[in-house]
Amino acid sequence: MTNSRSGKIRVLVLVAGMGLLLNACAGAKVGETAAPAAGGGSAKACGTLNLAINPWVGYEANAAVIGYVAEKNLGCKVVKKDLKEEVAWQGFSTGEVDAVVENWGHDDLKKKYIDDQKTAVSAGPTGNKGVIGWYVAPWMAEKYPDITDWNNLNKYASLFKTSESGGKGQLLDGDPSFVTNDEALVKNLKLDFKVVYAGSETALITAFRQSQKQQTPLIGYFYEPQWFLSELKLVKVNLPAYKDGCDADAAKVACDYPPYELDKIVSKKFADSGSPAYDLVKNFTWTNDDQNLVAKYITEDKMTAEEAAAKWVADNPDKVKAWLPKS
Amino acid sequence: MTVPSLTERTPLGTETPPILEVKGLWKVFGPKADRVVGTALGRTELKEQTGCVAAVRDVSFSVRRGEVFVVMGLSGSGKSTLVRCLTRLIEPTAGEILLDGDDVRKADEKRLRELRRHRMAMVFQHFGLLPHRCVLDNVVFGLEIRGVPKQDRYVRAREVVGLVGLTGFESSYPDQLSGGMQQRVGLARALAADPEVLLFDEPFSALDPLIRREMQNEVIRLHHEVGKTMIFITHDLSEALKLGDRILIMRDGELVQVGTPDEVVGAPADDYVRDFVSDVPRSHVLTLRWIMREALPDEPLDGPELGPDVVIRDAVHTVMSADRPVRVTQDGALLGVVTSAEILEVIAGGQS
Amino acid sequence: MAPVVGAVTGVATRLRVRGLLILAVLAIWGLGWALLNGRDTLALGGAELTPLHSSLSEGMDAVDDSRNSNPFFLYFINYIRLFLDEAVTFVQALISQPSFGRPVPVLGWLGVTGLATAIALLYGNRKAALLTAAGLVSFGLLGLWQESMDTLALTLTAVVLSLAVGIPLGVWAGMSDRFHRLVTPVLDFMQTMPTFVYLAPLTLFFLIGPASATVATMIYAVPPAIRITAHGIRQVSPDTLEAGASLGATTAQSLRHVRLPMAKQTIIVGVNQTIMAALSMATIAALIDAPGLGKTVLKALQTLDVGTAFNAGLAIVIMAVVLDRVTSAASRRVEAERRAGRLLTPGRRRLQVAGVLGVTAVLGYLSYTYVWAAEFPAQANIGPVVRRAADAASVWVQDSLVGFTGAVKNLLTNGLLNPFESLLTGSPWWLVFAVAVAVALLVGNARAALATAAGLAVLVLLGLWQDSMVTLASTLVATILVMMLGVVVGVWMGRSDRADTVLRPVLDAGQTMPAFVYLVPILGLFGPTRFTAIIAAVVFAAPVAIKLVAEGIRRVSPTTVEAATSVGASTWQLISKVQLPMARSGMTLAASQGLIYVLSMVVVGGLVGAGALGYDVVAGFSQHQLRGKGLAAGLAIVVLGIVLDRVMRAATERADAAAHGGQPHK
Repeated sequence: MTNSRSGKIRVLVLVAGMGLLLNACAGAKVGETAAPAAGGGSAKACGTLNLAINPWVGYEANAAVIGYVAEKNLGCKVVKKDLKEEVAWQGFSTGEVDAVVENWGHDDLKKKYIDDQKTAVSAGPTGNKGVIGWYVAPWMAEKYPDITDWNNLNKYASLFKTSESGGKGQLLDGDPSFVTNDEALVKNLKLDFKVVYAGSETALITAFRQSQKQQTPLIGYFYEPQWFLSELKLVKVNLPAYKDGCDADAAKVACDYPPYELDKIVSKKFADSGSPAYDLVKNFTWTNDDQNLVAKYITEDKMTAEEAAAKWVADNPDKVKAWLPKS
Repeated sequence: MTVPSLTERTPLGTETPPILEVKGLWKVFGPKADRVVGTALGRTELKEQTGCVAAVRDVSFSVRRGEVFVVMGLSGSGKSTLVRCLTRLIEPTAGEILLDGDDVRKADEKRLRELRRHRMAMVFQHFGLLPHRCVLDNVVFGLEIRGVPKQDRYVRAREVVGLVGLTGFESSYPDQLSGGMQQRVGLARALAADPEVLLFDEPFSALDPLIRREMQNEVIRLHHEVGKTMIFITHDLSEALKLGDRILIMRDGELVQVGTPDEVVGAPADDYVRDFVSDVPRSHVLTLRWIMREALPDEPLDGPELGPDVVIRDAVHTVMSADRPVRVTQDGALLGVVTSAEILEVIAGGQS
Repeated sequence: MAPVVGAVTGVATRLRVRGLLILAVLAIWGLGWALLNGRDTLALGGAELTPLHSSLSEGMDAVDDSRNSNPFFLYFINYIRLFLDEAVTFVQALISQPSFGRPVPVLGWLGVTGLATAIALLYGNRKAALLTAAGLVSFGLLGLWQESMDTLALTLTAVVLSLAVGIPLGVWAGMSDRFHRLVTPVLDFMQTMPTFVYLAPLTLFFLIGPASATVATMIYAVPPAIRITAHGIRQVSPDTLEAGASLGATTAQSLRHVRLPMAKQTIIVGVNQTIMAALSMATIAALIDAPGLGKTVLKALQTLDVGTAFNAGLAIVIMAVVLDRVTSAASRRVEAERRAGRLLTPGRRRLQVAGVLGVTAVLGYLSYTYVWAAEFPAQANIGPVVRRAADAASVWVQDSLVGFTGAVKNLLTNGLLNPFESLLTGSPWWLVFAVAVAVALLVGNARAALATAAGLAVLVLLGLWQDSMVTLASTLVATILVMMLGVVVGVWMGRSDRADTVLRPVLDAGQTMPAFVYLVPILGLFGPTRFTAIIAAVVFAAPVAIKLVAEGIRRVSPTTVEAATSVGASTWQLISKVQLPMARSGMTLAASQGLIYVLSMVVVGGLVGAGALGYDVVAGFSQHQLRGKGLAAGLAIVVLGIVLDRVMRAATERADAAAHGGQPHK
């Protein structure tokens, strides 16, 4: 108990000290230096743009640039929501998501939200071409040049054996977000392989990285555009060429994946709102190289999405101008 | 040895009206307990046939106002269940419990609560104190829950704290006190409510022998000072003999014998009780009534006089130092005589 | 390991007949496997669905579609959502987000640090206060002040609401046996059902935003609050309760004056566990746009940016440690105050409180007014250093250890996991079924056998038999590894205070560091394999097992240890003959908790190559047409958890009965 008096004194001293500090304090006051509140007069016309951010870098590049332009050129208030595809599409029906700006196929979701519920509409292609297929690390393509032809895969099956593949060659599948036909492909092409599910893009990329670094054989499912390809140029294995309708029956599929036209989806409500942001989303198109560049800014140069977008927009004024609503 | 007519060692006569009467009390644990009431089956047969255990079987007794009534038995004899049935902390299966003529078993929840709050209070073997409250707050607990105004209850609590010798410890916490001191708190808590009947459930068996003796004396002192009716559960015969005006002995849920200490020691109801009391120094319990004999025709009848309820131990000096038989008289009438021969027989003989 | 097996299956060795029977059952299994390998294995491909899965999907769709017409959603759920959104937004306005027209929150870093430190000082002790101040400042130093505050805001709101729901229900469960029996399976379900299964549907009910994140967090954080409160209420000494009743206390009085005060310390332990559970959801909730550190971790994962993920993970660990230590200190303070009498008289306490609050108010005012106290100075950002260091460490570990870890992986996978898995998946399902029920009967009792039969039947019905068996094999192997670590490290910690001091923070970090942070390095080391999933599960589950074993060892009576030493027992004899057998209850608890923790990592395992049920759940979360299968896989995980728990409990009961000389048949 004896130290309670000294404790009391200490408290008093502290309070007094704080008081002095208050008076003596010459720091800037909150509000004095405050940034101007976002949105000027044009903000009214645009309102809020709710952008879903699907969890991959290419998508984020699209969203960053669209969001940046919407904010700077149109004065919109941009709200980005980090969501997986499924949840993002749900957002169309609950009215919480205005736009998904890079969509890979997803025919089931299109059927549900565009055809059945009519809460979403397509806003045209992004200009990016999506490629899905089986890839190997560059060192393998160099060492075994004929590996890029599927006919030779069985010859190399034993190379790809792992603890997971039960004596067969391992074909590593990745992100569960992608609909794969790989089990059917292996069966129908009579390959001596077993599909092993890596379970995430992270796992897939790590596996390819290690494959190159440690020179361990690996074949797996991958896709472009993807930022990782600018770090390591994976080589695609050619499956029997895709022909229209060859993948109609998922169980009997024996051909390569179709080329994807990546597109944008917006909520019906947003499309009907007359917001200039809708025009921006609709007009937005760019190339794989454009996206890869912004993705590189984010991943390799460690810029934030905003910085990367600002840099790209500054370097490509013409492309941006074409997206803006004609007024 | 002749069995004398029943007269109490206590100042209370038989004419004092009972404060508590228990008639045909049963407590059966197990499925369909009420069907078991009245059974004659033994413990193991009952368990095997019905899955039930009869903790109290057809027990009847009455307790007089101001009496210290001890219920004694070994563990598992049903004595703790019996005492809990009295305030329905355990719901009896059958029987009547009359407190001043009111049937406790018929009381609804509210009246039962009133009864527990005002008329009967209990002291527990493991104290049952609230560890988060200091001594004084523990003592006021009973008053607090019955809604006594704050000021009044603390006045009363300080009073009882003084009565049980806890002055100076009011703001201590239970775990800072010894077992004996904790039980004083339990005692004070029970006394604070100023109940008509105090129930003690083996209150001192968790204490070490020295403290136990001290607490027993404390109970005797309190009994003298406040004169409460007390029902005291114990498994310790010497405690029963020391405290009890009357003793009820239980075995396997059944009443074996009720009587004053000297009756229990002097005239055990059966071998079970006899075995039980065999180690008791009889001279400490039996009174002159139990050893006096009729005077022989030629004996001189001018020796010292003693009452029939004088314990033998206390009469030893008088009898041994007298050169003629000591007369045992009551209200001037001669009941018999006692000589050193009788005394020595008790002290030396032990059994018999 | 041997002592554990000895303890867990102690009965088996004690009763030779039983042991022989079990051996016979296993032999029949082996034989059956050899003869019938590959028949009736109920395999189902990754994208294949059963009719049940499709109808589950349709059922979920039907619920979705009724959302706009069903009054239950329109009124009830909607109002809850509004309330939750407002609550979180309000706390965010106070500490994390620009609010009330200002570019900064109401309280800046100095104010929040001051307030948190004050709370730690008033309810905990000086050490906890110091740790709190250091922890909060470190958020700023890591360059993650706002993210940390968002996480804190969400966590605290969810915790407060969880307690508001959980404590009353816990009290009820503590007082009523019937309600307790009713609520226990529900809580089991809530704790073992993988979050991924209900994350997407939640956003339909509560929309995208704080409300969904709060509900997801609460689903996981409420059960410990209810369980531990009920436990606290239940363990109140019956003597004291009886004393209260004998004085005529009503139920309400007895609750208020006896049960609650006496359960207070346990309830604070419940608060502590609730906080830990809520915080462990920070990363997963980020999948539905919950603000805070979890987002940073997930974002970093997209680019395999280990450094950034680690930096944010570190902030989560620090937050967990601070919250844990403060609540523990608060709980001890209750105990200490009780023991020592009040430390301060009310007057002095009031003065102390006023003083502390005064200082806090000044700090709060400063942080409200001045920029330097509102925004954490950007110059003092050591985040990049931490990031670079973590990156370098991750790269170094991956490059230099991969040969060794690859060998370990292959050894354990081929030597232990693959044979076991092929026994489970290669045998006809009815054989595995029969063997499992027989084993449950032999090591446990009839009830456990019944539970096993029912559970396995559900797995068959769910159409996920083979996936369940694959997951079961990995789960059991992981649990065995967890217990090996638990016993070895736990004994060491239990016997040496120094080991305890050194290891405890490491264990805390293992338990609270989001698995997503270390996925990349362990993927680098072990590749996308089941073994990686096992390692992730072990990292998460071993700390709990180690702590519980250490606790058990420490609780062995010193007299017994002294007695053994006095008859000349060597250290090894002391451990194996005295301490371990006597710590058996601690080890059983460690095994069952370890198992639950391993199961809760099944989904994370699915992200790194474990396949099977974990992958089914993840895929169900990612692909619309697989959501029914994901739900079924979630249910299968719950079933596995319940069956394993019941069998283990029955085995323990039997072992206890045998150890106490009772008839194990009773």
